[in-house]
Amino acid sequence: MTTVAAPVARSREASPLLRFAGRRLLGAVVALFVASLVIFAGTQLLPGDAASVVLGRNGNPATVKLLHQQLNLDRPAWQQYVDWITGLLHGDLGNSAVGMAQGATSAPIWPLISDAVVNSVILALITALLMIPLSLGLGVVAAVLRGKWPDHVISVASLAAIALPEFVIGSLLIGVFFVGLDWLPPVAIVAPGASPLDDPEKLVLPVATLLLASLAAGIRMVRAGMIEVLQTEYVQTARLNGVSERRVLWRYALRNALPTSVQILAQNLQWLIGGIIITENVFAYPGIGSTLVVAVQNRDLTLVMSVSMLIAVVYVLLNLVADLFVMLLVPKLREPA
Amino acid sequence: MTGRLRFLRSTSGALGAGIVVFVVLVALFGRYFAPHDPSAPIGVPLSDASSDAWLGTDFLGRDVFSRLLYGGRSVILIALAATLLAYAVGLGIGLMAGYSRSFVDPLLMRSVDVLLAFPPLLLLLILITGAGTSVAVLIIGVAIIQAPAISRIVRTATQVEAVRAYVEAAIARGERPLAILGREVMPNILAPVLVDSGLRFTFSILIIASVNFLGLGLQPPSPDWALMISENREYISVNSLAVLAPAAMIALLTIGINLTGDGIARSLGRSYVPRTSRTVIE
Repeated sequence: MTTVAAPVARSREASPLLRFAGRRLLGAVVALFVASLVIFAGTQLLPGDAASVVLGRNGNPATVKLLHQQLNLDRPAWQQYVDWITGLLHGDLGNSAVGMAQGATSAPIWPLISDAVVNSVILALITALLMIPLSLGLGVVAAVLRGKWPDHVISVASLAAIALPEFVIGSLLIGVFFVGLDWLPPVAIVAPGASPLDDPEKLVLPVATLLLASLAAGIRMVRAGMIEVLQTEYVQTARLNGVSERRVLWRYALRNALPTSVQILAQNLQWLIGGIIITENVFAYPGIGSTLVVAVQNRDLTLVMSVSMLIAVVYVLLNLVADLFVMLLVPKLREPA
Repeated sequence: MTGRLRFLRSTSGALGAGIVVFVVLVALFGRYFAPHDPSAPIGVPLSDASSDAWLGTDFLGRDVFSRLLYGGRSVILIALAATLLAYAVGLGIGLMAGYSRSFVDPLLMRSVDVLLAFPPLLLLLILITGAGTSVAVLIIGVAIIQAPAISRIVRTATQVEAVRAYVEAAIARGERPLAILGREVMPNILAPVLVDSGLRFTFSILIIASVNFLGLGLQPPSPDWALMISENREYISVNSLAVLAPAAMIALLTIGINLTGDGIARSLGRSYVPRTSRTVIE
C-alpha cells in the first residue's frame, strides 16, 4: 500500500525522515523524564511519613524506623528520585514497600509483576488485533453505505457504547452472557503460573468489554474521515475515469483517510491502557491493572511508582510509533521543509 | 423552538435531553421518595424483587431501590465541583498565558502539555496513592486532569481577543491587566470555552464513578451507583438487579448526554464525533 510514491521519495529524502524520527524520539525522552517527576512527586504528597502509612496499624516505632531505613526515606527527596531513576535505567524496578513492611529484607518488584505484565500484554494484543481491522472495516462500511440501514445500525450502536464506562459495559455483558444465557464465565481468574490462553473462553468477555469501549470512537472517526475523502475531487475524477469502485475505495480513499485513522487508533490503544486497568478489575483478571489497584489500596508507594512508569513508557511509545507510521503514510511530511 | 433549543427538534436531541433530565432529577431528588433507609437491612440478603423491595435486596440485605434513589447525588455533586474547579483554574491559567507576552506563556503551556501527556486515570490513582482517598482528593484530582485542556482553549481564545480594538482601548484608558481580563476579555471568550462543558462534566462523572468502582473513591457504606455495582457483582447470579439497576442508571446518563450532543451537532449541521470519557481530554 505504501509503494505508490515511496521509491523515489525514499532515496532522496532519507534525512528529513531521520531528522523527524530523531526529534520525536527526543520529545519522547523528555516526556518520560517529566512523567517520572510527576509520578515521584505525586506519590510523595502524603502528609507525614511514608513508612508509617505503609505499615498502617501494624506499625510500631521500631518497625517504622527500620522500614524508614530500608526504603531510604531518611535521604533527601532528590536523592531518592535519583536512586529510583538510576535503578529503572538499569532495569531494576526496586523493592515493594509493602513486601518490605512484611519483614522481608528484599522484595524485588519485577518477579511480583512479571506474570501480570504478560497477562496484560496478551489481553491488550488480542484486543488491538481485533480492534484495528474492526474499526477500519466498520468505519468504511458505514461511510460507503452512508444513510442506508447498516450505517444507521453502526452509528446508533456506537453512540450507545461510546460513553459507557468499562465497568458498566462489563457488568451488562456479565448480566447477558452469564446470568441470562449462561454461555460465558463471569470472571477471568488465571492461576499463578498458568497462561490465560489455556482457557480462551475466559478472555471473551474482557476482550468484548474493551472492544465495545474503544471501537465506537474509532469507527465514528474513520467514517467521518472516509466521508470527507469520498467527496474530494480526485475521488470523483477517478470514478469518472472509470476506475473500479473497489480500487477507488482502497487505493484512493482509504489511503488518504488512513493518516487520521492511524492517530485515532493510536489514541484508542492509549485509552485501552486506562480501560485495561478497570476491565481487569471487573473480571478479576490477574494483570497489571489489578496489580496497580491493589498496590494503590495498600499504599505500596514503590510498586505504584514503578508500575506507573511502565505504563507511561508504553503510552509514550505508542504515540511515537503512531507518529512515525503517519509519516510513512503521508509523503508530504517526508519532503524537506 | 428556535436558536439554542433547536436541537430538541431532532429525535436524538429530544430523547437525549429527556433521559438526562430524568436521571439528574432521580439523582438529586429521588431520595425523598425512597421507601426504606438506604443503609439499614430490611430483609434476607440478595432476595428477589418483591412488593416491599422492588429491586430486591443487596448483599447486606439493604433495599436496592432505595439505595438506587440515593446513589446518584454524591457522584453528580462531586463531578460538578470538580468541573467548576477545573474551569476556574483553566480560565485563570489560560487568560494569563494568552494575555501575557512574557515567559509566563511558554512556562504555563509547557506544564500543561506535561499533564496532557499522561493517562488521566493513572494520574488520579497516583494522587490517591500519595494523598489517600477523600472527596477533596477526588475533586482536586479530576480538576487537575481537566484544567489543562480548558486552559489551552482559553489561551487561544484570549490571544485572539487580546489584539481587538476594544482591548486596545481599555489599555489606552489605562485599565489594569486584571480588570481588562475580567471585564473585557472574559465575557467575550466564555461562549467558545463553555461549548463542551457538558461533555467535560460527563467525563468527570465517568472517571469518578470508575474510581469509586475500583474501591478507591467513596467508601462503603455510602450508597453510590458505581460502588453498588462493585459490592454486588460477586452475587450477580443471585440478585442480578442489585448490579444491573445501578449499571442501567449510569448507562442512561451517559447515553443521554451523547444523544444530546448528537442532536446539537445535527442542528448545527455538523457530523457528531463524540468526545468520550477518553477523548475529551485531548
